[in-house]
Amino acid sequence: MVEQTLRFRDDEPVGDPAVTVDAFADQSNATAVRIEPGDDARALLPHLDRLALVEVNFPAYTDGRGYSAARILREHGYAGELRAVGDVLLDQLSHMRRCGFDSFAPNQAISAQAAEKAFATWPEVYQKTVDGRPAIWAKRHPA
Amino acid sequence: MKIITGSDLRTGDVIWWTGEGWSRHVNDAVEAGEHAEAIIARENAKQIVTDTQVIEATRTDDGVRPAHIKDRIRALGPTVRLDLSLKPADTDAGTWVI
Amino acid sequence: MYQYDQYDQAMVDARVAEFRDQVERRLAGDISEDQFKPLRLKNGLYLQLHAYMLRVAIPYGTLSSRQMRMLGDIADKYDRGYGHFTTRQNIQYNWIKLQDAPDILADLASVEMHAIQTSGNCIRNTTSDQFAGAAADELVDPRPYAELLRQWSTFHPEFDYLPRKFKIAIIGSETDRAAMKLHDIGIQLVQNDAGEIGCKFYVGGGMGRTPMIAPVIGDFVPPLQMISYLEACLRVYNRYGRRDNKYKARIKILVHEIGADEYRRQVEEEFKHILTLGLEPPAAELERIKGFFEQPGFDANASDELDLSDPDFALWVDQNVHAHKQPGYAIVNISLKPVGGIPGDATADQIRLMADLALEHSFDELRVTHAQNIVLPHVKKADLYGLWQKLDEAGLASANLDLIGDIIACPGLDYCALANARSIPVAQKISERFADLGRQRELGELKLKISGCINACGHHHAGHIGILGVDRKGVENYQLLLGGCEGADTSLGTITGPGFNEDGIVDAVEKATDVYLAKRAEGERFVDTFRRIGMAPFKEAIYAKETANG
Ligand code: HEM
Ligand code: SF4
Repeated sequence: MVEQTLRFRDDEPVGDPAVTVDAFADQSNATAVRIEPGDDARALLPHLDRLALVEVNFPAYTDGRGYSAARILREHGYAGELRAVGDVLLDQLSHMRRCGFDSFAPNQAISAQAAEKAFATWPEVYQKTVDGRPAIWAKRHPA
Repeated sequence: MKIITGSDLRTGDVIWWTGEGWSRHVNDAVEAGEHAEAIIARENAKQIVTDTQVIEATRTDDGVRPAHIKDRIRALGPTVRLDLSLKPADTDAGTWVI
Repeated sequence: MYQYDQYDQAMVDARVAEFRDQVERRLAGDISEDQFKPLRLKNGLYLQLHAYMLRVAIPYGTLSSRQMRMLGDIADKYDRGYGHFTTRQNIQYNWIKLQDAPDILADLASVEMHAIQTSGNCIRNTTSDQFAGAAADELVDPRPYAELLRQWSTFHPEFDYLPRKFKIAIIGSETDRAAMKLHDIGIQLVQNDAGEIGCKFYVGGGMGRTPMIAPVIGDFVPPLQMISYLEACLRVYNRYGRRDNKYKARIKILVHEIGADEYRRQVEEEFKHILTLGLEPPAAELERIKGFFEQPGFDANASDELDLSDPDFALWVDQNVHAHKQPGYAIVNISLKPVGGIPGDATADQIRLMADLALEHSFDELRVTHAQNIVLPHVKKADLYGLWQKLDEAGLASANLDLIGDIIACPGLDYCALANARSIPVAQKISERFADLGRQRELGELKLKISGCINACGHHHAGHIGILGVDRKGVENYQLLLGGCEGADTSLGTITGPGFNEDGIVDAVEKATDVYLAKRAEGERFVDTFRRIGMAPFKEAIYAKETANG
């Protein structure tokens, strides 16, 4: 498996290896953590200011728990890197972006060009999420 | 006997392995032999068939008859719309399904 | 009716383009079947026994005549001249070619339709009351809320890979015509003592192999928090619904396992958080949508007089025509259940005829019902006779609504890859056995529902009489259930005992109806008698002498 990460951030990538949620709780100096589907993302909320990288693992693309984990972190103000890793496929990228992911480490490489095209799939969006895009209802009723 | 069936990728039509290619008529199906898995792998790779599988059947005087009712219905067409089946002219066609 | 603006149109157009690209990649061999299958399923394209099957969404079962006509044209152009209306208020085509699918979606998009999220573990098409906006007993028209729901659920980024499929129904009348409590979420619009409207949330109902009636989770959610509450319900499910076993993955199992109280507690907590995020569309958006569902221009002087001198017409009016809230108007039910027919099937010509009749007589509107029938919601009583004559000529005037001939049946083993047994031939035989309309009317309201396997697409659990097809050592076998019911007094049917072969099940149904006729008290429906006297007398009659069971 080639490690190929697509990053849509301007800051320097974090060098630290991501630790498990359990290990993170014991290590006061860790800055990177990896969430598995069964982990509760809310356990990280007290530590958001010292986190620079959260990896969310998708062992199978059909397991959608990571989407909720990502949104919860962003909704609570997490501003660091949020990386989707594992079975991350082209056809899921745009939804992941909408849920707050800004970097992707797919098992099977995806070209930057294909990723940009995927992000552009939806000219508009019906829901307000954490990506800052205005929902269609907001455009219909400008404040 | 063991025969190979699948669906035409483009049209979705039910098809049967004839030893050389694919037919829409179950009576053209042949014994798949011990290389069934290899045939399936090769044909799938051509990306013209999908949902391929080996199934049980028997050769009768009337032709090849799959063992399972589901495959017999696939071979014929919906029993409630025989006009759309592969034997639209045969009003008794439903009887060999059951 | 709702009409797309440029935003709605852009969304369906983008979907067509996306799917065209995906199909091209598949046909070129760039992606494998394993990769493609979930993508085509997201567009309602299944591979069934004989061909691809396309499921088209009919949001909350509402159609304009232009849309209905397109459904007929698609049946002719890309299929074999017919379509199948389903219990989910959708339509399915049975003979679709993959190479045509993008063109079909483009044709649908040209009339503001799509097949988005008609399959897959996502939020499916929202269903509703087929009499919405017309029923005499309506409190609030649910359609604007259903449209709000449609938009919110379309391409929802967080809830596209739920543990399992997710079905929402919404109603605004006391009478539940949408089997609301048998959905993952059922929303009933209610009024409190102060006269305010609120949403009552039932969560965790469903059929399938473990049928459950949904408990109340939210008593009274303000309409302008409905979307936020849904976000909370779905998020708790997405995070904690079971993913280890697909038969235990529906929300009903989660609610059942942790209990309604605990589920409610988690939802309330999440809801509090979500309310701070401003995810709810503003009141102005609901008002904008409501503008599309204003009352049509009824004739205030329309007469309530009806000439019932033609006895066949009178029978049809009595059985198939419902009270409308507007004097001088009526709701017409078109039964797609002729004697010996295939429940829910309609030919392209019939579909187009119904479209024409809706344009002429029903303010351009049609509905699809979960009983696989069609409704013309706003017909002037003075037009009824002429309308009935045209329906009759086209074989669409069966006067059997809610009678034993009005059978719900899933496609079963004639079409469905998951089936254990055929459903349609059983429906045909029963409807032929009870062909005499006088006999059907004597039996009164009797909902008979047939599924070809445990997935329960034919709602057999909710039938006064339910039939479930099973596979007994490679032979079709049918189990009989009695006492199911949908609506306010929702109940689940109980299996009578050993199963039957095809002829045996028809006999067993007849014996059950004989017991009812012999034992019923004044005014009782079949299901009422069953509830009163219990299973024993039915069982005794059905299994009396050892009939040759298959
Ligand atoms: C022909 C292809 C179809 C397939 C492959 C299919 C598949 C399924 C499956 C697997 C379930 C069980 C879900 C569960 O319990 O988790 C189900 C339930 C259901 N389906 Fe279908 N179905 C098909 C056609 C239909 C049709 C034609 C209708 C309408 C007539 C329908 C309406 C429903 C309903 C109402 C349920 C039960 C409600 C519930 O989700 O609990 N389906 N279907
Ligand atoms: S109940 Fe079973 S047989 Fe009937 S349509 Fe559903 S999956 Fe197919």
